[in-house]
Amino acid sequence: MASKILPFAGGIHPPHSKHSTEDKKVEICKVPDIVKIPLKQHVGAPCVPLVKPGDKVKWGQKIGQPQGYISAAVHSSVSGTVQSIEEAEQPDGSRVETVVIQNDGKDTPDHSIRPGTLESLNAEELRNIVMEAGIVGMGGAAFPTHVKLSPPPERKIDTVILNGSESEPFLTSDDRLMLEHPEDILYGCKVIMKILGVSRAFIAIEDIMPEAIRILSAKAEGEKGIQVVRLGTKYPQGAEKQLIYAITGRQVPSGGLPMDVGTVVQNVGTAAAISRAVRTGEPLTQRIVTVSGGAVREPKNLLVRIGTSFRDVIDCCGGWKEKPVKILSGGPMMGVAQHTLDVPVTKGTSGIVLFTEKEAAMPEVSNCIRCGRCASVCPIRLMPLLISANSLKGNYEEAEKLHALDCIECGSCSFICPAARPLLQSIQVAKKEILAGRKKRDASVSNDLSEGRTDRNKSNRT
Amino acid sequence: MDYFTVSPAPHIRTQESASRIMLDVVIALIPAGIVSIFVNGVGVLWTILISIVTAVLTEYLIQKFMKKPVTINDFSAVVTGILMAYNLPPGAPWWLAVIGSFLAIALVKQLFGGLGHNFMNPALAARAILLAAWPVRMTTWVLPDAVTSATSSATPLAMMEGTWASASKLPSFLDVFLGNIGGSIGETSSVALLIGAAYLLVRKVISWRIPVTYIATTFILTVLLGGHGLYGAFYQIFLGGLILGAFYMATDYSSSPITPKGQIIMGIGCGILTAVIRIYGGYPEGVSYSILLMNVVTPLIDKYTMPKIYGEGKAHA
Repeated sequence: MASKILPFAGGIHPPHSKHSTEDKKVEICKVPDIVKIPLKQHVGAPCVPLVKPGDKVKWGQKIGQPQGYISAAVHSSVSGTVQSIEEAEQPDGSRVETVVIQNDGKDTPDHSIRPGTLESLNAEELRNIVMEAGIVGMGGAAFPTHVKLSPPPERKIDTVILNGSESEPFLTSDDRLMLEHPEDILYGCKVIMKILGVSRAFIAIEDIMPEAIRILSAKAEGEKGIQVVRLGTKYPQGAEKQLIYAITGRQVPSGGLPMDVGTVVQNVGTAAAISRAVRTGEPLTQRIVTVSGGAVREPKNLLVRIGTSFRDVIDCCGGWKEKPVKILSGGPMMGVAQHTLDVPVTKGTSGIVLFTEKEAAMPEVSNCIRCGRCASVCPIRLMPLLISANSLKGNYEEAEKLHALDCIECGSCSFICPAARPLLQSIQVAKKEILAGRKKRDASVSNDLSEGRTDRNKSNRT
Repeated sequence: MDYFTVSPAPHIRTQESASRIMLDVVIALIPAGIVSIFVNGVGVLWTILISIVTAVLTEYLIQKFMKKPVTINDFSAVVTGILMAYNLPPGAPWWLAVIGSFLAIALVKQLFGGLGHNFMNPALAARAILLAAWPVRMTTWVLPDAVTSATSSATPLAMMEGTWASASKLPSFLDVFLGNIGGSIGETSSVALLIGAAYLLVRKVISWRIPVTYIATTFILTVLLGGHGLYGAFYQIFLGGLILGAFYMATDYSSSPITPKGQIIMGIGCGILTAVIRIYGGYPEGVSYSILLMNVVTPLIDKYTMPKIYGEGKAHA
C-alpha cells in the first residue's frame, strides 16, 4: 500500500461531523411519483428537450440533447410520461428549463447505449459512451467528463488522479462508494486511463478513511500502474489544484488547467459512473447523496434518482426531528443554502445537510485585527484580508493585482477569521466585478476595432 | 410556509474569536505581574489596575463620542493597559500610568481607526512620549529591597553599558532570570515572561518568527560587537525588556508584518537596532525604539515580501 503524504500549504481542520453517516450502508431512496429533471446540470450550455408533454419515456432515455462543445446529455431517471417542460429553480439558485415526468413505477429500461468491455472497445468508443451517458464531474463541479477526457493534442497527459478525498465535513457519499463499490472505481479508472492513453494513475484517499484505503489498495493490488495514495486529512484536500500538488508536486499555473501540467483529475463517483455506463450501458440517472446534519431524524447515505426533490429525499430520512434553520446543498464549506425544499437533486448534489439553530449560528462580524490567519490558511497563498479590504471599498483593480481571480473559493479564510469577517463573500464579489470589467473592456476594444478607431482616437472617447 | 436561513458559504466557523485571543495575551502576562508584585511591592498592583481602568475607560468614552460600536469587551484595551503599566518603573506615580494609557488608546489606537489600524504599538508609543516628557521619572529605578527606602539605583543593563557611574556589582544570573532586579514593572521576570510566551506559542496566538529572530539577532550582534563576551551577551538577553518586547510587543498584529518573510525581516531589523542602540548609543535600552522604528517600516516590508501564490510565474501557453 502506497503512503505518500505531501502536504499543501495552508488549509484548515474543521470538525468532520461524519460520524452519523460514515457507517451507514447506502440505501435506495424511494423513487418519487414526480421527478423534475433539469436540462442543465453541468457547466456549459443547457440541453434542448427531445421530448414534449405527453410523450412516454423509459428509464435512461435521452431527453436532453447537448448544445455546443461543453455540454452534457440529460436522461430520464424513471419510466413514465412527460407532464410538462417548465422553468424551475435549481439548488444553485439559477432557473433552468426542467422536464417534469410522472413516474409509472415500472422502471422500464431504455437500451440506447450499447455496453461493452474495456478490452473490446477502443479509446474513441469508450469516450463516446461517456459522452452518450451524460456523465459529468460528480464531486460537485459537474463539468462534462467527455470534454475533460478530450484534451487538445498538444497537451500531453501522463497522470490520472482519482479524487477520493471528501474533505467537506458531513459528506460521506464518496467514502461509502469506495467501501461498497471499489470494483466500479477501479474499472472506471482503467477506462479513463485507456481513453487518455495514460499508464499511471493515483487514487487519493484521506487517511481518516483507513477502511477505504485498505479495500481499494487490496483491489488495486494486481492492477498495473494504479496506486492508492494516503493523504493527510485537511480541508480542502479535495480541491483539484491542491490534490495535484500533494501527489505530483506540480503546480497548475495561474489561470490554467490541470491538463497544463499533464494531469487529469476525476472524482471517484465519476469513475464509478463511467464503469457502469461502459459495462451495462446505464447513463447517469442516479447518485449517492449524504443526508445529514443535526436536524434530520435519520441521517443516511441514499442512492437517489436525479430529479427527486429535496423534500422527498428528506422524507426518506424520516423528515426532520427539529425544525432546520438552514438547508444546504453540498457541504457546509462550499454548499449553497436553500430557501425551498422544492428543488431537485441534480448530478452534482453530493449532500443535503440540515442545520439546527445551534449548528447554523454564526458569530458576529467585527473589525479585522490583521492577525493574518486567513493568509496562513489560504491554499493558494493569497492575502484574503487585503483582497477583502479592497473589495469592500470597491477597489477591484487593486483586488485583481492581488490575484483575486486565483481564489478557489474554498472558504478556509472565512472559516478561520477570529473576527468572522465576510472574506470569501467579498472576494467572490471582487471576482465577479473584475470579470465583468474585463468583458466590458473586451467589448469596447472590439467595438473600437470594428469601427476602425486607432489608439489616438480612443483617447477622445469617454 | 417554511422559512430557512439563506446566507453565503462557508456555513461553519471556527470557535476562536478576537476576544479569546486577547484574553490569552492577558493570561500570558499574568505571571510576570505576579512576580513583579512580589518583588516590588503591592504598589505596582495599583499601577497596573489604574492603567487598565484608564485604558478601558478611554476606549469606551472615545467610541461613544465618535458614535462607533463600543468594543471594550474584546479585551484589547485591557492588554494595552497591562503593557503600558509593565513599561513603567515600579515607583512611577499614578498619573503617569493614567496619561500613558490615555495616550496609548486615544492617540495611537482610536484616532487611527481602532483595533487593527494602529500602525505603532500603542503602549510603546505612549511610553516614548512619556519618556520624552518626564525623563527623570521614567528612568528612576528602585532596587527591590530598597522599596521602602526608595533609593534609586541602576538597572543591570545601565550598569553594563556604563551609563551609571556606580561600582555596584552585577546581579547573579538567577536573580536576573527570576526577576529580582531593577527594571520596569513587567520586564524583569524573564522566567515568568517566558512561561507566558510559551503559552502564546502553544495557543498559536503568536508565531515564533519575530521573537526568535529578534532575540537571536540581538544576541549575535552583542557577541560580535558588545565587548562583553559570550556570557555577557547571553546575560544581556534577559535584560532591558528584550523578552517582553520580543514576545509581547513586537508581535502586535496591526503593527507588524503579515507575511512570513516580512516577520523575519522585522525580527532581524529590531535585533540590529536594539544591539546598535545598546552598544553604541548613549541610552541603555533599545527595545522600545527598535520596535517603534520597525513598526513604521512594516507597510513597506509587507509590500515587498508578498509570497508567491500557487501557480504564479508559470504562465501557460
